[in-house]
Order: sequence, then structure tokens, then C-alpha cells
Amino acid sequence: MLIDWQAFRLTIELAMVVSAILFVIGLPLAWWIAFSGWRWKFFVEALVALPIVLPPTVLGFYVLVALGSRSPFGRWWQSLTGHTLAFTFAGLVIGSILYSLPFAVQPFAASFSSVDRKLLAASATLGASPLRTFFRVVVPLSVPGLVTGVVLAFAHTMGEFGVVLMIGGNIPGATRTVSIGIYDQVQASNYAAANAMALLLLVFCFAVLTVVYGLNRRTPNQRTWMIGPAE
Amino acid sequence: MLVLTAVAPIPLAGTADREINVAAAADLSAALQEVAAIYEKRTGVVVKLSFGASGALTQQIQNGAPFDVFFSADMDYPRQLIAGGQADGSTLYRYAVGRLVLWVPKDSPLDVEHKGMDVLLDPSVKKLAIANPQHAPYGRAAAAALQHYGLYERVSDRLVLGENISQAAQFVESGNAQAGFVALAHAVAPAMQGKGKYWVVPVEAHPQLDQGVVLISRSVHQKDAAAFLGFVKTEEVAALLLRYGFTSPDLKYKPK
Repeated sequence: MLIDWQAFRLTIELAMVVSAILFVIGLPLAWWIAFSGWRWKFFVEALVALPIVLPPTVLGFYVLVALGSRSPFGRWWQSLTGHTLAFTFAGLVIGSILYSLPFAVQPFAASFSSVDRKLLAASATLGASPLRTFFRVVVPLSVPGLVTGVVLAFAHTMGEFGVVLMIGGNIPGATRTVSIGIYDQVQASNYAAANAMALLLLVFCFAVLTVVYGLNRRTPNQRTWMIGPAE
Repeated sequence: MLVLTAVAPIPLAGTADREINVAAAADLSAALQEVAAIYEKRTGVVVKLSFGASGALTQQIQNGAPFDVFFSADMDYPRQLIAGGQADGSTLYRYAVGRLVLWVPKDSPLDVEHKGMDVLLDPSVKKLAIANPQHAPYGRAAAAALQHYGLYERVSDRLVLGENISQAAQFVESGNAQAGFVALAHAVAPAMQGKGKYWVVPVEAHPQLDQGVVLISRSVHQKDAAAFLGFVKTEEVAALLLRYGFTSPDLKYKPK
């Protein structure tokens, strides 16, 4: 069989779970980054951006050590569940969340920051709570940025390799993602299989990014199509 | 010193930038670093080492990686390169025979030293690390040994695959897998001393791990590479390899 469909299904599943979780934790984090006045905020911003510049091997190495029984967290988890998180789908989710965090949070924060502050003031004057203002004013105005963030997190996780190599253990159906499958085929000199999977991944990722950029092209008109009927 | 000059020329003036690039199987990492250090000190030729799974390195050489010498963990990969014209068949040399061990961390409750393979049936073994049999000879030996003892089916859902034998060792050492098949060379390497206990898998359990070295045809450092290979064939290196857990059947050395 030329294409490992199980690996594709697994990778898409991983990317979906990771981008969904990053959406949920990315919103408050990005909100805080966009609006907090804390003087040490830049530390947090640098921390969030770190996975962009860190080699995945560094991230993968620390995650592997953290999940193992040599670390307090790993020991606690193993005493609780009886097994390590490494070599599991859940372990990959944790590694991928760290790995793709900036790709979701940065577009979120950028679009939150670009919301006209006067609108926030107006919303507050009309008696809306900050939370209500966030969901009724900020989020609707930031939809393109939110879509970009979620899709980038999705695509970035699809293409993840180093972290999975370090903590995955190459288990079919659990941790053998497409990028690992391709790597194995190349190492074993099965170029036909490697090529089939690589091409499919390339086309898939290109299609996903084309959709995002196609949607973003409409950004100038967003106000007309984003703000639906009030209440 | 006279003996040495026969196999390793003394550096000439202005040869500071002489170097050879060596690709080597991951089980050699500790041993070959020492060999390279000794050789560099004596000859001034810099030996640059790249470690990986033998299959991975073979594939890289087939695609033009600029290596001069290739130490495989088996004989098949060098033969593939010879058949493909990428390596010189007349230089193929069996430099060592590797041994496979079942390794567990020192604080593990598993009594691997006395029970051997049977510890794999212990329910506390949730994950068993081996090198990827698809492109690592030690992974193939591990799979063969499991089959030999009729255990393969019973542990197959607990196997985790390291990209090479070093990563398999690292999975166990980090406490994520409870046991793993690694090279004896790993178990006795200085960096692993005192970190684990192991059981040497009997030779009849898997095809013998004959390890071959070969010179790469495309090499631009043919002379230096050949001289280094000459050094590898000395009894001094054989003794060193023995200390690192390899046996050397072509010489008089036998495992302890």
C-alpha cells in the first residue's frame, strides 16, 4: 500500500484536537496579551513566541523528560494512571499544543489589538461588562484573525515532525503521523511510497492555506458580513 | 611509534585541515569517538563523525552525502552500497560483531539479570523500546529475538520504535519505556555506567550482528580514509571495541 491512510487520519485528528484546544486557551491568553498593562508582559510574549525559534528537538527532549518517570510530573501522572504520556496520542497533543501555541495566539492577539478602542469605550459606556464586550464587540471584529490563528495552528500541527519523532515512538494508529511515515519510507529507500504521501500532504496543506488566504482577501468587507443581526 | 606510522602517516606540515567524514551506526557512538580522538591525536587528521541508523545513513550516501567511510551495524547495507557502485567492494571489512541486550533502568523492580526475556511478561512493562526494524539492524535483531522466544505477538502492542538504537535507549533511560533492546555497546558505555542493568541476549536468538565498514567511492579523501581504515584493523582498536561491548572474531579476542 502506497499511502498510509491510518497515518493521515491520525494526523488530521491530532491537528483538529490541537487547534480546538488552542482556540479555547488562546482566546483568554491573547486577550490578556492584547489588553494587559502589566509591565513584565513582554516576558510572557517572549515565552509564547519561543516555539517559533526553538528547534523541535529541544521542545521534544524536554517534553520527553517531563513525561518520563524521572520528572515529578511524570511520576505523578504514572502513579495516577499507571502509564506514561509519551508514546500516546494524548502525549502528542500536549507536545503539539506547546509547539503550535504562537501560531494561534499571535494572530489572535494581533487582531484583538487592532480593534478600535473607542468601540470598547462605547460598549462599556452602554453598560456592557468586559466579558460581554469581548464576545459582542472584540471577537466579531477579529474573526479573520481568529480563523487565521486556528488554521495556522492546524496546518503547523499537520507538518509537525521533530517533536513527534522525539516523544512518539512510532506506533501505528497512535503516534505514527504522516511526517514520521514519510521519514520512515525515505530511510528505507521506498521512494514511491514516500513520494505518494509527501505529495498528498503537500496538496492538502496548500489547499488549507489557500482557503485561509482566500477568506482573508475579503477582510476589507468584513464589517458587512461579520456583524450579523444584533441580538 | 614505528608500528603506528605503518598504518597512520605522521602529519606533514601544513596539513592542519586534513579531515575525513565518517558515517557510523548509532551503536558505535561511544566507541568510535574514542577511536577518532586517538587517531586525531596521532595523525592530525580530523575525524568527523555522524551517527544514525544504518539504513538512514545508507540512504543518505546513496543520495550523495559527502562521507568517506561508512561503519554499518550490519553487512547488508555496505553490500547494497557496493552493488550500487557507491562503495568500494574491495574495502569491505567486518570490524566487529555486536551484541544485543535487554536493558532496564537500575531502579527497576524487574530482575532482568536473572530472568532475562521473562521480565517482558511482567505487567509493569507497559512499553518496550526497540530500534525501528525497518532501517536499524539492531531493531531487526530485537524483533528476531522476540520471535525466537515466542514473545513477539504478546508484546507487539507495547512496542515503541526508536529512530535508531540510541533513541530506543533514550526512551528507557528517560523513564518512558520500562525496558528496551539496546546494543551491549550502549549498556557498557561510560555515559550509561551505573544507570541500568541488562541481560545479554544469547547469540542463537537472532542472526549474528556482523558489522561491516566500507570506503565510499565518491570520497575526495581516499588516502586518508584508507589510512584510517588501516588503523581500525589494528589489534589496538579491536581491544578498544571489545571494551565497548563488541567482539572481534577476526582477531583473537573473545567476549568475557
